[in-house]
Amino acid sequence: MNRYVERIYNGIVKENPTFVLMLGMCPTLAVTTSAVNGVGMGLTTTAVLVCSNFVISLFRKVIPDRVRIPAYIVIVASLVTMVQLLLQGYLPDLYETLGLYIPLIVVNCIILGRAESYASKHGPILSALDGVGMGLGFTVGLTSIGIVRELLGSGKILGMTVLPDAVEPISIFVLAPGAFFVLAGLTALQNHFKAPSATNKAEGKKSGCSGQCISCQNALCREDKREGDK
Amino acid sequence: MLDVLLALVPATLFGIYRFGMEAAVLIAACMATAVLAEWLFQKAMKKKSTVGDLSALVTGLLLALNLPSGLPVWMACLGSLFAIVVVKQLFGGLGQNFMNPALAARCFLLISFTGRMTDFGTVDGVSSATPLMQLKSGGIVNIWDMFLGTGIGGTIGEVSAVAILMGAAYLLIRKVISIRIPAAYLGSFAIFILIYRLFGGYGLDWAFLAAHLCGGGLMLGAFFMATDYVTSPITKTGKLIFGIVLGILTALFRLLGGSAEGVSYAIILGNLLVPLIEKVTLPRAFGKEGRIRG
Repeated sequence: MNRYVERIYNGIVKENPTFVLMLGMCPTLAVTTSAVNGVGMGLTTTAVLVCSNFVISLFRKVIPDRVRIPAYIVIVASLVTMVQLLLQGYLPDLYETLGLYIPLIVVNCIILGRAESYASKHGPILSALDGVGMGLGFTVGLTSIGIVRELLGSGKILGMTVLPDAVEPISIFVLAPGAFFVLAGLTALQNHFKAPSATNKAEGKKSGCSGQCISCQNALCREDKREGDK
Repeated sequence: MLDVLLALVPATLFGIYRFGMEAAVLIAACMATAVLAEWLFQKAMKKKSTVGDLSALVTGLLLALNLPSGLPVWMACLGSLFAIVVVKQLFGGLGQNFMNPALAARCFLLISFTGRMTDFGTVDGVSSATPLMQLKSGGIVNIWDMFLGTGIGGTIGEVSAVAILMGAAYLLIRKVISIRIPAAYLGSFAIFILIYRLFGGYGLDWAFLAAHLCGGGLMLGAFFMATDYVTSPITKTGKLIFGIVLGILTALFRLLGGSAEGVSYAIILGNLLVPLIEKVTLPRAFGKEGRIRG
């Protein structure tokens, strides 16, 4: 697998921001009441993430180390404003549904996290691809949570009613507690079936992580690396 | 656990007498699901089966007593499943659950199927609100009916205060539960209600207080749910604090909240405070000097 494809695979599967890195929980829990909302939020974030990774990577040698976070925020905020205006202009329905969570993309941990841990150290093309992978991973996560919540909570899939009338939908699943149930359930499944990820031990050091990714903040992975260094 | 089951017999029998076969089916379904869920989960997780300790039966029964008799059976089973698998087993089984499984399941059902859970059907041909709902809307209730449980609407197990008190007396005599939590709970609740009515310009309104004490799930909650060993404090002072917190919360929810009943939410909120209450009230070990630094 060449390193460009690897970036995308890494974002969607191994370091899936939702189920493995557990980043960006705020939009994950708040907007996934239906599959469409999940896709919308995911793709909006992807758009911002690809651009921000690309731009930040271009400026990585210019931005002084001390003020890098404010600099990143300025870049991300400008991009988010652009996306927000575009959504408002062309997809007003989605804009209404996502509401406050669009401007909140500015402080989404995935975006700042990727800027800090990847885009500030790698070239623009790789960084942009990293953004694509992470963004798609986020979209996949949000969409799958959205599908489950929509099915259980309102008996629909993509807006079409699928459950018979006799089965009343369990409306707790479209409310906040349901978001936690579904997120936990899907994460548990992902762990149970040992999906290849940066944190599942079986995969070990083959995970393509060189000890710099965000998930390496956890001690387990670091120890692996230290042992590797010896 | 057998004692608790025995103590619940009067309330259960009265519920079946009052609401008929529907209630019996619901109770059986809840208990069966609870036991089955516990057995299957432990089988699947390759753990030792603890079905024999009867705690699943108690959870199933308590949940059923907290449901309106007209609830579809599958919803009751879903509640039972939630109580055992999510609230109890996922946190490590008996002794590890952080809140009362039966009550958590009741709240789960209440949020999920609000319409069904607050539909108490018709009583004696008249579409019935529970006495608490009538009180909330300023109606008049018959306190004697509420005490005996005749002619009023409500969940299966909560209608008859006297049946619950019989069970509670049995538990107290057998020393299964201590009087501290129920006494602090009911006491603080009563004082709060009286003060509230006093400032509302009604004077010392004993009738209102009696109606609130006999109405809804308060008795069932105070004697059977709040006293759950796992989810209540072990220290003596802790028990008192816990009871007072529950009393004030319940009164607040009932008087100022959106719905007429607030016992379930008060108790599970109280359950969450238990670790903190224990932390403050843990007695100093003999020989340790100075103040405990938490």
